[in-house]
Amino acid sequence: MNMKNKSLISINDFNKEELLQILDLATYFEQNPHQKILEGYVVATLFFEPSTRTRLSFESAVNRLGGRVIGFTDAAVSSTSKGESLADTIRTVSNYADLIVMRHPIEGSARWASEVASVPIINAGDGSNQHPTQCLLDLFTIRQTQGTLDHLDIAFVGDLKYGRTVHSNVIALSNFQTTFHLVSPEELKLPSAVKMHIKSNNLKYYQYTQLEEVIPKVDIIYMTRIQRERFADPIEYERVKNSYTLTKKMLEGSKENLKILHPLPRVNEISIDVDADPRAYYFKQALNGVYVRQALIASILGLA
Amino acid sequence: MKSETRKELIVSAIQNGTVIDHIPSYAVIQVMRILNLINTDLQVLFGMNLDSKKYGKKGIIKVRDKFFDDIEINKIALAAPHATLIEIRDFEIISKKQAEIPDFVEGIVKCFNPKCITNHEQVRTRFKVVDKEDLRLLCHYCEKITKNENIEFI
Repeated sequence: MNMKNKSLISINDFNKEELLQILDLATYFEQNPHQKILEGYVVATLFFEPSTRTRLSFESAVNRLGGRVIGFTDAAVSSTSKGESLADTIRTVSNYADLIVMRHPIEGSARWASEVASVPIINAGDGSNQHPTQCLLDLFTIRQTQGTLDHLDIAFVGDLKYGRTVHSNVIALSNFQTTFHLVSPEELKLPSAVKMHIKSNNLKYYQYTQLEEVIPKVDIIYMTRIQRERFADPIEYERVKNSYTLTKKMLEGSKENLKILHPLPRVNEISIDVDADPRAYYFKQALNGVYVRQALIASILGLA
Repeated sequence: MKSETRKELIVSAIQNGTVIDHIPSYAVIQVMRILNLINTDLQVLFGMNLDSKKYGKKGIIKVRDKFFDDIEINKIALAAPHATLIEIRDFEIISKKQAEIPDFVEGIVKCFNPKCITNHEQVRTRFKVVDKEDLRLLCHYCEKITKNENIEFI
């Protein structure tokens, strides 16, 4: 796939071959992270809502490739606070940058931005809709740890109802004969629209409410945060919160190749006694975000 | 047959133009909006709560000297799925067409998702029709589904 001058908006825009092509290029940048191919290029990072990790990882990717970054980290310091429309902000910034990386709280804002911008847009999260670079870095990490994406048993744990990362990952992994193990409280189960993707690919999924029983079965455990505001009853939240904390002791009896992933930030869903365990992989996963973003930026600018 | 003649009299016959029949009464104004018949120089006649053998009550719109293309016709299928379009020339019926749900819907339906960009900025709504039976519209922007029961016209 030729990504030159194309915007990256949704993981649903990619087929299996295209996903693999990006992951292969990310592997190349993993081996060669410091190259000055972006010299003279300006990348704008427009963060209408804060996200330290995603923004820093994009900026690190640009800087390591020798490019320059402009932008803002909060809508309060942009003209949005004066009432400017997103379309006007994007049209204006298009004049100053070769590529725009945008995070915005409104769903569909990235697709809309790509239609009014004169330069490509990378969606760094549009509300609860899409965050395609997170999904790609997760796929990259899974392949890195297992050597393949095919025929894996993958557990998703936590808030499967609202977690956009989980939805995107399930949809993307449905290309790779994955068996899904879905662990969540009753009220936060995976929506049926997402399960449809699993079914339409003739894949299997199993649903659990207990984390323990899934651990010995899987190659990957993908933990997510359960947010207090998702629960009408605060007592219910307190009950659920503790039962979805992964501890080192729970990992006894796991497969040897098991790796634990988490999109971060972590609050209390992985106990810190897991951090030093060889199965803990979430910080390496965050590093992979830089390689994947380098690959995407380079291919969109036609430099790779 | 007799009652058919009556109806024709209630909303008078046209020599040339289009009769849109079998519209749910509540959707008559909506269909007129979709076809831009509210602010038009064309002669438009319409009726609501007319007797219908098939549906009990129905609405009807007659537009003098106007023939619609298929794209326009299909737009009204969202509001009036059983609508029939009858083309009249010299008081004779020359064709009857059924409105069909289109593959794409643009600018006529609101996205159900309050957090969608189309509900926050001046963005024309765009949907892919992912289920024609049960009417499910996939938003081009926020990727959420607007279901039949949640469809609201702009």
